[in-house]
Amino acid sequence: MSSMTRTAHKNGLDLDLSEIRERLATSEGQDYWRSLNELADTEEFRNYLHREFPEGASEWNDKVGRRKFLQVMGASLAFAGLTSCTRQPPEKIVPYIRAPEQIIPGKPLFFASALSQGGFARGVLVESHAGRPTKIEGNPAHPAAPRSDNATFGPTDAITQAQILDLYDPDRSQVPVANGRASTWTRFSATLATEVAKFDLDQGQGLRLLTETVTSPVLVSQIRALLEKYPNARWHQFEPGTRDNVREGAKMALGEVVETQYHFEKAKRILSLDADFTNSGPASVRHARHFALGREVIDDQKSDMNRLYVVESTPSNTGAVADHRLPLKASQIENFARAVATALGINAMGGNSAGHDTWLNALVKDLMAHRGASLVIAGDHQPPAVHALAHAINSALDNVGSTVTYTDPVEAEPTNHYASLKDLTVDMSEGRVSLLVVLGGNPVYNAPADLNFAAAYQEVTTRIHLGQSQNETARLSHWHLPETHALEAWGDIRAFDGTISIVQPLIEPLYGGKSAAALVAMMMGDGRTDYDRVKEYWREQYKESDFETVWQTWLHDGLVPNTALPERTVSLTENYGTPSQASEGLEVNFRLDPTIGDGRYANNGWLQELPKPHTRLTWDNAALIAPATAEVQGLQNGDVVVLSANNRSVEAPVWIVPGHPANAITVHLGFGRTAAGRVGNGVGFNAYALQTSDSPWTASDASLTKTGQTYPLACTQDHHSMEGRALVRSGTVDEYEKHPHFVHEMGHDPGPDANFFDGIHDNDGMAWGMAIDLNSCNGCNACTVACQSENNIPVVGKDQVLNGREMHWIRIDRYYKGDLDNPELYNQPVPCMQCENAPCELVCPVGATVHSAEGLNDMAYNRCVGTRYCSNNCPYKVRRFNFLHYTDEETPSFKLQRNPNVTVRGRGVMEKCTYCVQRISAARIEAKVEDRELNDGDITTACQGACPTDAIVFGDIKDPNSRVAKLKAQQRNYGILTELNTKPRTTYLARLTNPNPEISQHG
Amino acid sequence: MAQLFPRGSNAFARVSIVVVLVVVGTGLTILLNTNRLHYTTDVQVAKKQPVPFSHKHHVAGVGLDCRYCHTSVEESSFANIPPVETCMTCHSQIWTESPLLEPIRESYRTGDPIEWVRIHDLPDFVYFNHSIHVHKGIGCQTCHGQVDQMPLMWKVNALNMEWCLECHRAPEKYVRPREEVFNMAWKPMDGRGQTVSQVALGAQLVQDYDINPSTDCSTCHR
Repeated sequence: MSSMTRTAHKNGLDLDLSEIRERLATSEGQDYWRSLNELADTEEFRNYLHREFPEGASEWNDKVGRRKFLQVMGASLAFAGLTSCTRQPPEKIVPYIRAPEQIIPGKPLFFASALSQGGFARGVLVESHAGRPTKIEGNPAHPAAPRSDNATFGPTDAITQAQILDLYDPDRSQVPVANGRASTWTRFSATLATEVAKFDLDQGQGLRLLTETVTSPVLVSQIRALLEKYPNARWHQFEPGTRDNVREGAKMALGEVVETQYHFEKAKRILSLDADFTNSGPASVRHARHFALGREVIDDQKSDMNRLYVVESTPSNTGAVADHRLPLKASQIENFARAVATALGINAMGGNSAGHDTWLNALVKDLMAHRGASLVIAGDHQPPAVHALAHAINSALDNVGSTVTYTDPVEAEPTNHYASLKDLTVDMSEGRVSLLVVLGGNPVYNAPADLNFAAAYQEVTTRIHLGQSQNETARLSHWHLPETHALEAWGDIRAFDGTISIVQPLIEPLYGGKSAAALVAMMMGDGRTDYDRVKEYWREQYKESDFETVWQTWLHDGLVPNTALPERTVSLTENYGTPSQASEGLEVNFRLDPTIGDGRYANNGWLQELPKPHTRLTWDNAALIAPATAEVQGLQNGDVVVLSANNRSVEAPVWIVPGHPANAITVHLGFGRTAAGRVGNGVGFNAYALQTSDSPWTASDASLTKTGQTYPLACTQDHHSMEGRALVRSGTVDEYEKHPHFVHEMGHDPGPDANFFDGIHDNDGMAWGMAIDLNSCNGCNACTVACQSENNIPVVGKDQVLNGREMHWIRIDRYYKGDLDNPELYNQPVPCMQCENAPCELVCPVGATVHSAEGLNDMAYNRCVGTRYCSNNCPYKVRRFNFLHYTDEETPSFKLQRNPNVTVRGRGVMEKCTYCVQRISAARIEAKVEDRELNDGDITTACQGACPTDAIVFGDIKDPNSRVAKLKAQQRNYGILTELNTKPRTTYLARLTNPNPEISQHG
Repeated sequence: MAQLFPRGSNAFARVSIVVVLVVVGTGLTILLNTNRLHYTTDVQVAKKQPVPFSHKHHVAGVGLDCRYCHTSVEESSFANIPPVETCMTCHSQIWTESPLLEPIRESYRTGDPIEWVRIHDLPDFVYFNHSIHVHKGIGCQTCHGQVDQMPLMWKVNALNMEWCLECHRAPEKYVRPREEVFNMAWKPMDGRGQTVSQVALGAQLVQDYDINPSTDCSTCHR
C-alpha cells in the first residue's frame, strides 16, 4: 500500500445502505440487481450509466494539455498520413534447413502434456504453430478435464489457460545469477559440486531441500536417492495453497492420510462446508462438470436435479450456483458441521446452527432421505475437525463407496507444509542449515509473517534458488537459477486421482533454464538429460519389452493408462477434535486469489485483468466486507482502512460484497509483490503480512480503522450496464415443470414476423448460433481467458479499466437477486450476440462491420476507421475499441504467443467476438477439401472448448439435429433484449434452481 | 444597397466550380491509379534473390512438378517454400561446385537459413488458403502466371482485393479441371482435346465441384 496513489477518485458513489435495504424490502422480490450503485439509483449513477464510458474517460489527462498536444502532433500526423501511400514493406521467407517431420507449414499441431496446479496435473493439449506453443486446451481424455462426448478439447480453467502467457513473460529470469550478478551454468555447477562435496563427511548435516507440493514420481525418486546418500539432509515442502487441513482432517478421522475422491455425478444432495469445489482444488474442473451434469434439465423429461447446500465464509462461485446458501463466519462453520453431525447421530459433541435451525433441520432431513446419494465436502481452509466431521457424516449417510471413495495419497510425501516450513525456519535461524536449495516457490514473499522467514533465510550459509522469475526469494539468495516452464522440459506428474502424465515440452527452454529434476540430478552428479532420466525411470517401472510403443502411446494420449490409485477402505476413529468457540469480533479470512493464486501469477497480465468472481475487481485485492459491516463501520467502497490482526496491520481499500458474512473480512493473498516483474510489482497490498503459521486461513480479533483516504479500485461491475431488463431469467424446477413457458413470459419477444424486410439474411448454407446454459455456468472465467489467448486480445492496464476500456470479448455479467445480506447470484457470459438485425451494421459509415451469409457480424479491422458509432449503437455493449495502442508489438517474446490466424489490431480499431471465425474457416476449408459436409462438433469456439461445464454450445442452428439447435428448441431458451427485434443468434437457457420447500426463504 | 460583387463574378464562380471539379477529379484519378501502377504493386518486377533460382529451368527444363517443392499446397493455407534439404537432394549430386549455389551449400552446412525475398505478399490482415483453391480447380498459373517461363520470380497479378473478388464473383471464368491445376500451359478443352469456351467449361465445373465462393468479409479478413 505504501506506493499506492491516493486520489479523490470515487469508486462509484457514496451509498446509503439503509435506504437500499428499505427499497429491497418493498420491491416485488423478482428483481435482479447488478450492483449496490444500481440499487441506490442516485442521479449521479444514472448519469454514469447513460454515458457508456465514465465522465472524463475520453479526456486527455496528461500534463501536456490537450491543445498543446494537438498542436505538436498536428504536424507529425500530417506527415504520418503520407506513409499510407508508400508501398508494402518487403518481406522475407525463411524456410527450414531440414524440415521437421509432421510439421505442415500453416497448420498447427497439438501435443498432449500436463500442467501443474498446486502440484497436481491438469491434462492439456497444447496448440503449436511451427514450434511455437500458442494456446492451451484441455485434454478430454484426462480425468481432471473430462468431456463426455467425443469432443476435440477438454475443459480447462482460467489459470491453466493463462499459463501460455507465463511462458513468454519477458520478465522471466534468463541467466543464472550469483550474488546479484549474471553468471553461467558452468560456474554454478562448479560451485555446486564443491558445496555438495562438503557433505560427504557428515552425510548431509545442514543440507536442506525446500520444494512445493511434489507428485512427480521421477523427482520423488531422485529426492529419495539424495536423502539416502545424505541421510542427515532433510526435505521440506511448502506452498501457501497447501491442503494441510485436508490431510490433518483425514488423520484425525481415519487415523491416516488418505485422498478423498468425490463423485459429484452420483450425488443428489450435496453439502459444501466452505468448499469452493467447482473453482478450486486439484479436481475442480472435473467436479464442476459432474456437478453441472447433475443439474441437466431437458424438456418433457422428468428432471432429477441435484440440490446443493453451501455454508460459506466468503462468497464463492460454488455458493453462486447453490440452491441454498448460508453465509457464516469461518469460525462458525465448525459448530455448524458439529450440529449437522449430531443431528445424524454422530458423537460430535454439540455444535449449533448459528440461529439457522430451520435450515439445518431441513438440510439434515434431506440428506437422510438420500442415503448413499448425498455428498458432504469440507473446504481446504476449514480446520481439520470440519474435515473429520465431513468424513463421519459421509460414512453415516452410507456415501462411502458411492459418492465418496478413498485412495492412498497422491503426494509422495504428504507433509504438513506450515509445520515443515516452521521447522526449517527454526533450524535456519539457529544456524543449523549450511546449504538450502529452494526448488521453485517464493517463501521469502509468501511465508506467514510470524515466521520472519526472510531474516532466518539469511542465516543460511549458501542459499540456492531455482525459479522462473527473479522473485523476492531469488533476491535474497546467493545463487538464483532460471527454471524451465512446464512447456519447456520433460517430466512427469500425477493428477488428483493418481493418474500419471508424462510432461512433454513444446519448445526448447527459451532462456536456457533447467528443471527442478535437473538441478537435483546435478547435485547427485547425474548428467543425463531430463528426457533420458524420465524415460529410463519409466522403462524400469514398465518392465515389459514393448516399452517404446507404449511410451509413444502415453505421450500421444497425455496419460499413462490405469494409473489411477485403487479404491481402498478406511475405518473411522470417531475422533473429531475438541469443539472450538466461534469468535465474537471481526474475523479475517485469508484466501488464495481466484485469479493470481498465491501470487505466482502476479506478473500475468491476463490474470491480473481478469475480473474476479463476485467483486468483478481487476488489478487489485481489497478487504471484502459485508454490507452490514460497512454500515456499522461507516465504510464505502474504496475507503482505505488500516486492517489489523495478529498484532500486525496493513492498509487496504474496502470493497462491499453483498452476501459476505457480517463481522468478517476476506483478503486475498498474492498481491503487494515487490519482485514479481513489470506487471505485478506494487499491485494491491500484501496480505501475507497479517498471516500466522498457526492459523493461516483465519485471524480473529481483527479491527478496521478508517484512514479517511480513498483508493481507486478498477471494477468492471457497472460497465456495460443493461438497466434492469429481463436479461437473466430463472425459476425453480417445480415452476418449470408445472409451467414450462414461464421463461417467455418474463420478457417481450416480438415474434418471427416483426421484420420490415422479409428474410434479409436467409441463405442456403449454415447459420451459426450459440446457446449458453445459465444452469451450468458457474462464472469460472475460463472462457474469458481462452478467448483472450485465442484472439490476441490485449491487456489494457488498471487506468484503462477504470475508464471502462477493458477489451474482453466475452465478459461475465453478474446479477444479484434478493436481499443485501444473502442475495442469489447469477453469472451470465456475454459474447457478441451476432444479431440478425444488427444495430451496429446499420451505422457503420465505411462498411467495416457487415453481415455474413452464415449470420455472423463480420468485423473487417482493416476497413474500420474508428468512428465508434457501432459501439454506441450496440445494445449489448460487446464491442471493444482500441482507444490506445494496447497491443505490445515491441516485446519479442509476446510475438511468439500470438495466434497467427487472427489479425493483431492496432489503435483506433473496433473489435469484437466473431464466434472464432478463424476456426469456422479452418474447419469449413478442411471439410471442403475432404469433400464432405461440416459435421456438428467440427467447430469448437475457444470459450466453448474451455468451458468446464459445457455451458456454451456452438453450431449450425439450421440443422435440427445439432446440439445447439436442440438447446434452442428448449422451453428455457430466451434471447436478451429481443424486444429491440435484434434477433440475437446467441441465446440463453434460463437457470433453474431446486430449492428445498422446507426452507421457505432463501438463506 | 449597392451590389457587393461585380457582374463578372458569376462567370468566375461558374468557372471555378468546373476547375475545382476537374482538379479534384484528376487528383483522385491519379491517386487511385497510382495504387494500380506496376511501380506500386511490383507486378512484372523481378526481384533479386540470394540464389538466382529459376523456375523456368526447374519446371520447363527439368520438368519438376510444383508439388515437389511446394509440398503443402494441397493441404494447408501455405504452399511451403522448400527447405534447403530439398535443394540438396539434387544439388549434392549435380552442380556441386557451382558458385551460384554456394549460399545453398553454406546454409546446409551452417544451419543458417536462406532469406528469400517474398514475391506474393498479401497484407497481414488477409488470410488466403491455398488448399481450398487448388482443390476447387484454380490452377497455379491462374494467379501466379506462367511460372515455367520465369527465370526469376515475379508477380503477374497485383493481388489486390478487386482482383480476388473478380474470381469469387464469377469463378466460372477461371476454374479448370482438378487434374490440370498444376499444368502451366492448360487451355480450356473438352474430353476430346477440342478447345472450348472457358465460361461453358467453367460453369460445368462450378456445378461439379460445388463451387460457391463466399464474398463475406470474414472469408479473408478476421
